[in-house]
Amino acid sequence: MLTKRVTFGGLVLPTLLVMPQLAITLVFFVWPASQAIYQSVMQEDPFGLKREFVGLANFERLFANEAYLQSFGITAAFSLGVAALALTLALLFAAMADWLVRGARVYATLLIWPYAVAPAIAGVLWWFLLHPTTGIYAYALSRLGLDWNPLLNGTDAFVLVVVAAAWKQVSYNFVFFLAALQSIPRSLIEAAAIDGAGPARRFRTVILPLIGPTTFFLLVVNMVYAFFDTFGIVHATTGGGPGTATTILVYKVFKDGFESLDLGGSAVQSVVLMAVVIALTLAQFRFVERKIHY
Amino acid sequence: MVENRPAFTITAHAVLALGVAFMVAPVWLAFVASTHPGADFLSGRLPLWPGPDFVKNYGAVLSQGVSKAGAPAIAGMLANSLVMATLIAVGKIAISLLSAFAIVYFRFPFRVAAFWIIFLTLMLPVEVRILPTFEVVSQLGLLNSYAGLTVPLIASATATFLFRQFFMTLPDELAEAARIDGASAMGFFRDILLPLSRTNIAALFVILFVYGWNQYLWPLLVTSDPSYYTIVMGIQRMARAADDTPLWHLVMATTILALLPPVLVVVAMQRLFVKGLVETEK
Repeated sequence: MLTKRVTFGGLVLPTLLVMPQLAITLVFFVWPASQAIYQSVMQEDPFGLKREFVGLANFERLFANEAYLQSFGITAAFSLGVAALALTLALLFAAMADWLVRGARVYATLLIWPYAVAPAIAGVLWWFLLHPTTGIYAYALSRLGLDWNPLLNGTDAFVLVVVAAAWKQVSYNFVFFLAALQSIPRSLIEAAAIDGAGPARRFRTVILPLIGPTTFFLLVVNMVYAFFDTFGIVHATTGGGPGTATTILVYKVFKDGFESLDLGGSAVQSVVLMAVVIALTLAQFRFVERKIHY
Repeated sequence: MVENRPAFTITAHAVLALGVAFMVAPVWLAFVASTHPGADFLSGRLPLWPGPDFVKNYGAVLSQGVSKAGAPAIAGMLANSLVMATLIAVGKIAISLLSAFAIVYFRFPFRVAAFWIIFLTLMLPVEVRILPTFEVVSQLGLLNSYAGLTVPLIASATATFLFRQFFMTLPDELAEAARIDGASAMGFFRDILLPLSRTNIAALFVILFVYGWNQYLWPLLVTSDPSYYTIVMGIQRMARAADDTPLWHLVMATTILALLPPVLVVVAMQRLFVKGLVETEK
């Protein structure tokens, strides 16, 4: 790994410099993670008196568990829904802002700030708007003749958390899409225009392929966001319900660990989630490796 | 814009105006709701314009909280959030600067190992190691303390990488000249690296302040004493309670107070924010 050609000597000083970061990482990251891995391959008897090594039996049990598989399915649908909605809206807004000569900056400012809203707060805002008795959006939906009740209907509750999660993420995607669009050389667009391609066709055949890497990167980031950062949205609003309609994986780990006190089950789920993060992080690094610059 | 197409320009304005409306409406409606008496919007017919109770509602949540929903005064929770966000942002920047400096400007035996251990933190967000991390923190006696709220969150791979990348772009002659002039390692760090990193530090501070302020799961785990509640985690108690009693005007006042500080930081420092956002992902 690279260092500078000119370096400073000594062993004590650099050790002291990395120590705070390393100590925190080891105590609060590496140790708990290895605990989770250890617990995931052990079986404790009901009285907590002795433990034995059971290999992958806990994992087999987990993946045979109907409720867990269901939660996996919900999470997959949830993250795809959030990513699709947030990416489409952000790309639409960014393409329009990129087209405009005047006013683009004002729109950008107005679109960017929801990034700073906490997921839990975003959840509460949409919960209020879509609440069946007090929500103004729910009232509008009922005037349109739709039967809307996220308190009772699982699909409605699912739509609510997807919209709340995507709403916040549009800002993030917009920043990256706009940067990517603005870095496309104008000469390419002009050449396509001279050849007779209109805005729609240019977008499809020239712009979209060029922002492919950014789109892929954002897709991964959005998946990570939907998988792990949306705990607050679910916890502050639906509480995983009605039934288990919005019980995403991170919510289930929390619930099984802290409310049902199923320590072993929670540890196994943690290890599965770690595998998911590692896979997504590696996917993200493939993007960085290719050294794409916006 | 390559060619002049008025119809398309108008469409673009229309789409963006709708987009802005979609993004702004939830917060605007929450603000409107927070200025009306609680009984004004029970049927969903929320007024679209602020009402007369701004001072009354905000005064009530700031000084008394929403006692019916079991939440303490908001002022205390806001202060806790401010302390937590600031400590996390400053802590992350400080330890990341130091470790990036060590990794780039020194050759010590476990340098590569240290780099990879820091890299691991990317792969282990709190959400995937909830229970064991909670156990560690409780064994260390850090539950219900500012240390417990912040220290476990201040390890940061992204900040370390950002500073490492930045230090790598600085010319070697800087360190060479400093050494010839007899500067110590820490002297070089303080007098040359720190001033050069100013913009990066500011950009990162914006991102990390928002990150710290918006923490939810972690405060939920480590605080059971209401005097350590943060505003973002405190709000969920109210939202749930508001299902039963008409408290939405107070809940929305709290929501507005909870989202305002990080939003103001982002809006006021938009340029730095965008820089920080794009750089930390490289």
